[in-house]
Amino acid sequence: MSLIDRQQPARWSLTGFLARIHLDAMLLLLLLAVSGIGLLLLYSASDQDIDLLIRHGIRLAAAVGMMFVLAQIHPDRYRDTAYILYGAGLILLIAVLVMGTMGKGAQRWLDLGFFRFQPSEIMKLAVPILVATFLSEKTLPPTAGRLFLGLVMVLIPTLLIAKQPDLGTALLIASSGIIVLFLSGISWRIIFAFISLSAAALPVLWYVMHDYQRQRVLTFINPESDPLGSGYHIIQSKIAIGSGGVMGLGWLQGKQSHLDFLPESSTDFVFAVIAEEFGLIGACLLLLSYFFVASRGLYIASQAQSGFGRLLAGSISLVFLVYVFVNVGMVTGLLPVVGIPLPLISYGGTSMVTLFAGFGILMSIHTHRRMMGP
Amino acid sequence: MVSRAQKNRPNTTVAPWRLWFVRGLFLAVLVGLAGKLMVLQIVNMSFLQEKASQRHVRYVSMPAHRGMILDRRGEPLAISTPVPSIFANPRLMDASDPKLKELAQLLRLDPAATQRKIKAKSSSSFLYLKRRVMPDVAKQVMALEIKGISVQREYKRYYPTGEVVSHLIGFTNVDDTGQEGLELTFNDRLQGAAGKKRMIRDRKGAFIEGGEIIKVDRPGENLNLSLDLRIQYLAYQSLKKAVEKHKARSGSAVVLDVRTGEVLAMVNQPAFNPNNRRGVKLDVFRNRAVTNLFEPGSTVKPFTVVAALASGKFTNNTIIDTSPGYLQVGRGFTVRDTHDYGEVDLATLIKKSSNVAASKVAMELEPEELWDTFSAFGLGHKTETDFPGEATGKLPNQRTWRKLERASLSYGYGLTLTPLQLARAYMVIANGGKLQAVRFMKSDDVPVSKQVFSAELMTTIREMMEGVVRPGGTATRAAVPFYTVAGKTGTSKRHTASGYQDGHYIASFAGMIPAKDPRLVMVVMIDDPTGGTYFGGTVAAPVFAEVMTGAMRLLNIAPDDVPVPAMQVAVQ
Repeated sequence: MSLIDRQQPARWSLTGFLARIHLDAMLLLLLLAVSGIGLLLLYSASDQDIDLLIRHGIRLAAAVGMMFVLAQIHPDRYRDTAYILYGAGLILLIAVLVMGTMGKGAQRWLDLGFFRFQPSEIMKLAVPILVATFLSEKTLPPTAGRLFLGLVMVLIPTLLIAKQPDLGTALLIASSGIIVLFLSGISWRIIFAFISLSAAALPVLWYVMHDYQRQRVLTFINPESDPLGSGYHIIQSKIAIGSGGVMGLGWLQGKQSHLDFLPESSTDFVFAVIAEEFGLIGACLLLLSYFFVASRGLYIASQAQSGFGRLLAGSISLVFLVYVFVNVGMVTGLLPVVGIPLPLISYGGTSMVTLFAGFGILMSIHTHRRMMGP
Repeated sequence: MVSRAQKNRPNTTVAPWRLWFVRGLFLAVLVGLAGKLMVLQIVNMSFLQEKASQRHVRYVSMPAHRGMILDRRGEPLAISTPVPSIFANPRLMDASDPKLKELAQLLRLDPAATQRKIKAKSSSSFLYLKRRVMPDVAKQVMALEIKGISVQREYKRYYPTGEVVSHLIGFTNVDDTGQEGLELTFNDRLQGAAGKKRMIRDRKGAFIEGGEIIKVDRPGENLNLSLDLRIQYLAYQSLKKAVEKHKARSGSAVVLDVRTGEVLAMVNQPAFNPNNRRGVKLDVFRNRAVTNLFEPGSTVKPFTVVAALASGKFTNNTIIDTSPGYLQVGRGFTVRDTHDYGEVDLATLIKKSSNVAASKVAMELEPEELWDTFSAFGLGHKTETDFPGEATGKLPNQRTWRKLERASLSYGYGLTLTPLQLARAYMVIANGGKLQAVRFMKSDDVPVSKQVFSAELMTTIREMMEGVVRPGGTATRAAVPFYTVAGKTGTSKRHTASGYQDGHYIASFAGMIPAKDPRLVMVVMIDDPTGGTYFGGTVAAPVFAEVMTGAMRLLNIAPDDVPVPAMQVAVQ
């Protein structure tokens, strides 16, 4: 008990208070700062659409609430429910495939009457939880057999989602699971084998891909080949970013978005608006904030007291980084167009709720420490 | 507690290389994204900004008000009025909009064709539907509130005097640029400079906000012509009447102010209405007084006589024998007079227009004596007006002149000039020997001139030329009551590509008034009169008299030839 007493801060502090309600002060501050600024950016990107902003704010509040709730749950509970969560998610995914309603030409939504949601969002968390649970059941690093089983656990939902087709989410889910596998301590040989296998699978992937997905890849390689069609997004986006220059045109002054040239300016391509209005400096500051978020997550992972916590926290943090990389990479023309929103800022979707749910789990891992808990 | 934590330890250690790998990945992602941003926002910035402007920025020109053209007394000859033009942005439009039909009806366009046009141009953002409509129509069009239909302010040129000044003023095209006449000569001054507006467009081409004026438009200058519209009217009416009466092909007349070299009137027939040029033959647009060359005939005889007097080989009293009314020059060429005038002096040569006497005089002179004199009168030289399409008269090189050339030159064949150039030459006689620039602009400065002959010589020749309008002269019908007139008729054979045409003539009269102290010079040229008479004295001279009678009254010039009333004589 004396040990605990010494660790308690002498005076009341916000950090201590937040820790007692299972929130991580640093992470909370970063998240609120970025999504708060995000509201301002979205105001401009949506062409000053107050209704949109209010809807976004409500979602943000719901997402923060979700984060708070999930942070209260002990990490062990996640481990205990991992298989149930995964199984339920899988059933819902299949249900979507079978009877999913059409939304934007793809079968992703499940209409529950009062609200529609994407089962794939559950999988974004269920997959890393399950794989982390599964691998941490035995000593790490895992054996090749267990690794293979873990990979299968990743691939089943990935393929189901890719079939919807939702390449972006499939990519995120696959990376969330694979990151867990990677962090579990697999040897270089396996990593190399996996990489070569993936490379070999690329042509197969090309064959399985939908036409519009192939088109995206082709457009990525040469956007000018179809400037009015599929290359349009990326050309307009690059123009927006480039016209921002170093200092940017200023808030609400972005031409590409306000003049309606930049498509999806408040959703997937919102980063282009930011880069146009705030320039290289603003864009880099935003990127830095993202890296602080991910770094804090990795720090939490490194401080985790269990293998499960470490793997899960590491996955959540790195997947966040994948979000940023894929979205910004797409908007700047570094990567092909894959429908992934800019985390914490892009309007819409349930993805923000999932994102904050992930951070809730991160906070849970960090604040439910054995020396403090009952 | 400690033991439990230690028990967990091996489970949670991260292999160092893996940590480094993750850190490396972090860095790589950060550097990769920031690097790509730098490439876009620093390296490619100007290129991409240019692309952005290409997409958003449009420079719209704001037409400047074209200057007015006024006569010397401020009467408007050409004015620009703002008129609306209707244009469409097909990208913003729905070609099946039922309102398009109403629009087409208002603009008097075919509804189906309009619809087709908009559909065909659906990817462009500018299409004139109808230019220069009535303001009222534009108002009704805008009241329809069709998306993508807008009004642009343009200017329409209007010529209040219609046919009267048509050739001299010329006209502008649909873009308000001078095409002919003074509209073309002084286009730069009239046009001003269009303004420029920087407009921002959205993806569909709709203009956002008012735009930023980059350059304020500079309205064009007003031109004050030397023209006196009242004299112009007289000349127009008189010439038109003569051309009709004598069934001529065309005609031109020029009136110059002797003291300033200003053109007070310049008319041609046939004329056109510059406000509605539809169906007018291109030929009719020509300002013949400036662009058409003709062989002047006898109107150059005063120049021959000037050359004779200037050479010292002839005096006022030198007698030339013109019997028997014709003269054999060289082999097979005969110079003929209409009558046998017998022995004549130089004054009679002019009064009777004797070709034989003129030829004899010319053959006595050295070729350069003749050439220098003609050239000093400005023959073979353009005027200083810069009028578009002015023809340079032809005065052949003297070295090639044989007797025959000298003889025919002396009475106006073998050289060409324009009516305006002839008028300028007569102005030398009128103003006391100065070759003076002619101009279309009203101007108070001293005209550019060069003394080419002595004033006495010019007075002498003017006195001789007074005989032409006196009884017994060739142009008694050029006489203006109460004023002395000096002039000379010309009746030359019409020359075409196929040579001289028998029975086709150019009738001309060039003269000045008052002869004692000339104020105006007028040249009348009527091409191919076929109404029975074709002489300069009968066809062209009456036009001179008619116009000058009016002009003297309008310009308030004191009569110099008032006969002493019989009553007064009786009293004395």
